[in-house]
Amino acid sequence: MSKKSFRQAINEALRLEMRRDPRVILMGEDVAGGRGGTSGVTDAWGGVLGVTKGLQTEFGEDRVFDTPISEASYIGAAAGAAATGLRPVAELMFVDFVGCCLDQIMNQAAKFRYMFGGKARTPLVIRAMYGAGFNAAAQHSQALYPLFTHIPGLKVVIPSSPYEAKGLLIEAIRDDDPVIFLENKVMYDDEEDVPDGSYTIPFGEANLTREGDDVTIVAFGRMVNFANEAADRLEKSGISCTVIDPRTTSPLDTGTILDCVADTGRLVIVDESSPRCNLATDVAALVAEEAFDALKAPIRRVVPPHTPVPFSSTLEALYMPNADKIEAAVKSVMSYRMKEEV
Amino acid sequence: MQIARDILLRSYRSMRTIRDFEERLHVEFATGEIPGFVHLYCGEEASGVGVCANLTDTDTIASTHRGHGHCIAKGVGVDGMMAEIYGRSTGVCRGKGGSMHIADLSLGMLGANGIVGGGPPLICGAALSHKLLKDGGVAVAFYGDGASNEGSTLESLNLATVWQLPAIFVVEDNGYGEATGASYAVAGTQKARAEGFGMPYYECDGTDFFAVYETAGEAIKRARAGEGPAMVHVHLSRWYGHFEGDSMSYRIDGEVARERAERDCLVNFRRRTTEAGLLDAAALDEIDAAVKAEVEQSVVSAKAAPTPEDADLLKDVYVAY
Repeated sequence: MSKKSFRQAINEALRLEMRRDPRVILMGEDVAGGRGGTSGVTDAWGGVLGVTKGLQTEFGEDRVFDTPISEASYIGAAAGAAATGLRPVAELMFVDFVGCCLDQIMNQAAKFRYMFGGKARTPLVIRAMYGAGFNAAAQHSQALYPLFTHIPGLKVVIPSSPYEAKGLLIEAIRDDDPVIFLENKVMYDDEEDVPDGSYTIPFGEANLTREGDDVTIVAFGRMVNFANEAADRLEKSGISCTVIDPRTTSPLDTGTILDCVADTGRLVIVDESSPRCNLATDVAALVAEEAFDALKAPIRRVVPPHTPVPFSSTLEALYMPNADKIEAAVKSVMSYRMKEEV
Repeated sequence: MQIARDILLRSYRSMRTIRDFEERLHVEFATGEIPGFVHLYCGEEASGVGVCANLTDTDTIASTHRGHGHCIAKGVGVDGMMAEIYGRSTGVCRGKGGSMHIADLSLGMLGANGIVGGGPPLICGAALSHKLLKDGGVAVAFYGDGASNEGSTLESLNLATVWQLPAIFVVEDNGYGEATGASYAVAGTQKARAEGFGMPYYECDGTDFFAVYETAGEAIKRARAGEGPAMVHVHLSRWYGHFEGDSMSYRIDGEVARERAERDCLVNFRRRTTEAGLLDAAALDEIDAAVKAEVEQSVVSAKAAPTPEDADLLKDVYVAY
């Protein structure tokens, strides 16, 4: 056990699984970098933000492939390779680039098993960065996990910390279904204690990062940290919150969410993705249908506005959910009073 | 080139099976009993069969929306296919795929595909599997002149060369992408595209089994030897519309009749093999009779087969969830 960054945790998960299983291969744009350059340096980048650094050096060019900037071809190739005996981990770099290869994910990899009557396995992991807060503007900042969650046949993972990232990525690589693994680009330098060896965290089992009596907060990915921060502040003013990190949006641990709402009677959902048809609306619908009687106040969603992600720091800060907005939402549901029945 | 007698007989049987299967579907579709979309491969049989006669079950192919011929050429049984097209639980995909998604990975058949240009990227991946797993296999993408304009196809040509994959890109050029002529929709030439991506280009008459077998054979042989990808441009004609129900108002009267009269791969095959004394007419007649009975039986069985159970709706979305 030692302090590791989110970046190191992911690198370590890939390294351990590649050592364990020769069928695990890595591909993506500049996952190594340097091929064809004038310096002759190989493994020049190890990923655009250095997440896969050193893997080509250890495993060679037959396991770690740089691709042309050509998402449709290599994401499709990863799907085809997965269906024919390999276990590829393909990096899409920024999840926004899914616009260039959605067919290969949505119509091909996700549907093989069902369309082929259960006769296909597609053990494919697609890693991609998501999220605002990096001044990366509208085409490099989206949180597109609702898009993938919507598609039957895909599993969707959003780790909220280095420990979570390592265990969930190892689980993803060992999974026999296509998995979309989304890494918040702002979190790569976050650190915490992470075991040195292998471990897995099962999909569809939420983690409670805080436990309280008054309000349930469901938060996704980086938003879990903001929710924890808000919960700690609220605790001091006498409001105790449960914070749920669902870890995966598909499958979604609906049981834990419903149990917690049954206990607290109040629900705030924090989702960094665009507000229409996102995970917050999904969880709100779940609770409205299944736990209506338990609710003591309306469900509140802390989400960005229905706009592209802006570039300017001023506007981006305004756009993002944060601990202050979560705190305000929790206070508003705590102060809600049912209308007296006439 | 000397082709072994068993390969000739097997190939004739495959072509005859495709022809009868498709002609029968044309008739059955008109009765309204077959659900969904059906795209027929009549007239193109020698292409799929000529290519696949060079392959084994270890090799992989990806097909298109017009996929029945490729499936049969790769060895998928007509009973399971017919039942699938009728949406029955005895279908090769248990009634959950239909005409456009027939697949059998155990035979290296990576699926027909409802998305134009869907196959070529997948075939790059299958070729990568063959290369890394060192099983000696090659991967073949069949696609039409229409799909040759998809970005996914052009990207795949690039990737296959960059990674030196054992991948073959077979352009089945029937002159039409849906209702639009290739003479309008395809800029430049397939040859220039292949050469532009640094791979050898081959072309042949897709109604001549021998031409396809030999031409594709060369491309496949070099890919198997680790010499990289190639494009095989096959010129052929489709005898029915883009889909069943297409009146083909975009084709001149008599165009299909002329193709049927002059470029029938089965007639040409029979003439050539019997005149050269490679096969005798009686052996071919025997195959014709056997295939006719097999296709007839597949329709009878499909119509009698059960539809899927309600519980099947939720099955096989995931391996585990």
